[in-house]
Amino acid sequence: MTDATLHSPQRSVGDIQTHYMALTRQKRMYSGIAIAVFVLLMVSGFYVADARNAGGFWDGWHQILDFPAGVLSEAWEKRANLPGLMVKYLPALIETLNIAAVATLIGVIFGLGLSLMSTRGLAKWPFLIPVFRRISDILRAIPEIVIALVLIFMMGGGPVPAMVAIALHTAGAMGKLYSEVNENADLKPVEGLASVGANWMQRMMLGVIPQVAPNYLSYALLRLEINIRASAILGFVGAGGIGYELRNSMTWGQGRFDEAAAIFILLFITIVVVDQVSSHFRNRLIGTGGH
Amino acid sequence: MLELKSLTKRFGDKTAVDAATFTVDKPMMIGIIGRSGAGKSTLLRMLNRLSDSSSGQILFEGREITALKGAARREWQSRCAMIFQQFNLVPRMDVVSNVLHGTLNRRSTFATMFNLYPQADIHKAIEILDRLGIAEQAPKRAEALSGGQQQRVAIARALMQDPSIILADEPIASLDPMNAQIVMDALRRIHEEDGRMVIANLHTLDTARRYCDRVIGMRDGRIVFDGRPDQLTTGVARDIYGAGADFSEAATSTAIETLDRANATLVVA
Repeated sequence: MTDATLHSPQRSVGDIQTHYMALTRQKRMYSGIAIAVFVLLMVSGFYVADARNAGGFWDGWHQILDFPAGVLSEAWEKRANLPGLMVKYLPALIETLNIAAVATLIGVIFGLGLSLMSTRGLAKWPFLIPVFRRISDILRAIPEIVIALVLIFMMGGGPVPAMVAIALHTAGAMGKLYSEVNENADLKPVEGLASVGANWMQRMMLGVIPQVAPNYLSYALLRLEINIRASAILGFVGAGGIGYELRNSMTWGQGRFDEAAAIFILLFITIVVVDQVSSHFRNRLIGTGGH
Repeated sequence: MLELKSLTKRFGDKTAVDAATFTVDKPMMIGIIGRSGAGKSTLLRMLNRLSDSSSGQILFEGREITALKGAARREWQSRCAMIFQQFNLVPRMDVVSNVLHGTLNRRSTFATMFNLYPQADIHKAIEILDRLGIAEQAPKRAEALSGGQQQRVAIARALMQDPSIILADEPIASLDPMNAQIVMDALRRIHEEDGRMVIANLHTLDTARRYCDRVIGMRDGRIVFDGRPDQLTTGVARDIYGAGADFSEAATSTAIETLDRANATLVVA
């Protein structure tokens, strides 16, 4: 038997047991403290929020369902209008989808570059890693609605400001997510390519991307879903698309809730379709690349 | 004690295990041999109820195992420990916690989620580790251990279950010869000292010969041999491994080479 632990027990079993129990007690104390802090934050946070609330949570919570109920009942009365309204809003939906798709594409490409530049072990210039990390932090930190409002103020309303705003945020988010994916990539193929004299671009494109592509795609498609919603929201502040129509139908009070319902149904169908299509393509990519 | 009645598993139109039938009347060490794809793993996974059988029955002490559902099935799994080729430990948890996982079926979900195991269990886990010679590793993460040590942690987890049967699916296939011997010695000792039944899938003939009281040979899902190790002649071994057409698997076994050097030379040539 080669194993040293087999025939040279420096410590008795009793010692090991005592030592391990001490460790266990310490770990339990830490988890106890963590749980206490968590509960404290939850409770105190709730009371602070409730105290600052104009109406108060306890007085208002039973009215939460009033608005959806109003929308639903009115939409149900006018359900015959829904198919026609859905056709009417289809062009607006396509505009929203366009904004989201272009923004996702541009954001993903920039995010990919940022992520490779900010991953330890892969970065072309290791000393610039903190710089690229801060760039993606900044891009993520500014809410896209703020960027969109500034751009709309400067350039006027329309889809382009929304696209730029979403693309910037996507680039930051993808830089972060992709760099975490990259960290789990196996460096051995990269070393193999370096050994044949490949340059940095070749090592990344041929050594790293094939490993991480399924994860990249699935994050990109998830991001597309998020961006469809973001692009709809930006419509509220004048970026056009289905969000603009939704704001009009919801804020003009009773009487147009059938339109709001039609728009919600369109958005829901869109998300379901994107989800189904994306899982189909992801499975195909894994299926062909997995073996 | 343990009885299999035409146990069958089909994947689509492929039959992985074809009407496996055998009876074990007292605890013994059984080796299942056969080339990869012969249905060895599928058979063990059905015994543990990790996967369901397509038809047939497993009876243990008169109780039908194949019909168990939900909590009863999990209770059976806790009495029928499984050891895997790739150890299947939780890599980021410490060794003792991995061993304590053997008690999961007896403890409440809430207590185990917060790692609250009774002190008696923790002491017992370390005693089992000591029996397998790795008590020193107790507080380390499982991933920090060598393959041979990890497999012994997996055996410790199995022992913590206090099982009637230990199933081992290629327990030494990912280990070097020295560690393979340590692990097989441990399994044999557990059988002899505790009187537990051990069923191990093995890919080399000499291991089966050396450690087992009974050898079952499988080929293409069917049991083609069932007997004592000394009845395992060259002809029988060739039959199990499908000699001639595909001898590569058998040629890797040292036993085949000593049994029939002429054949092995043929393959090399």
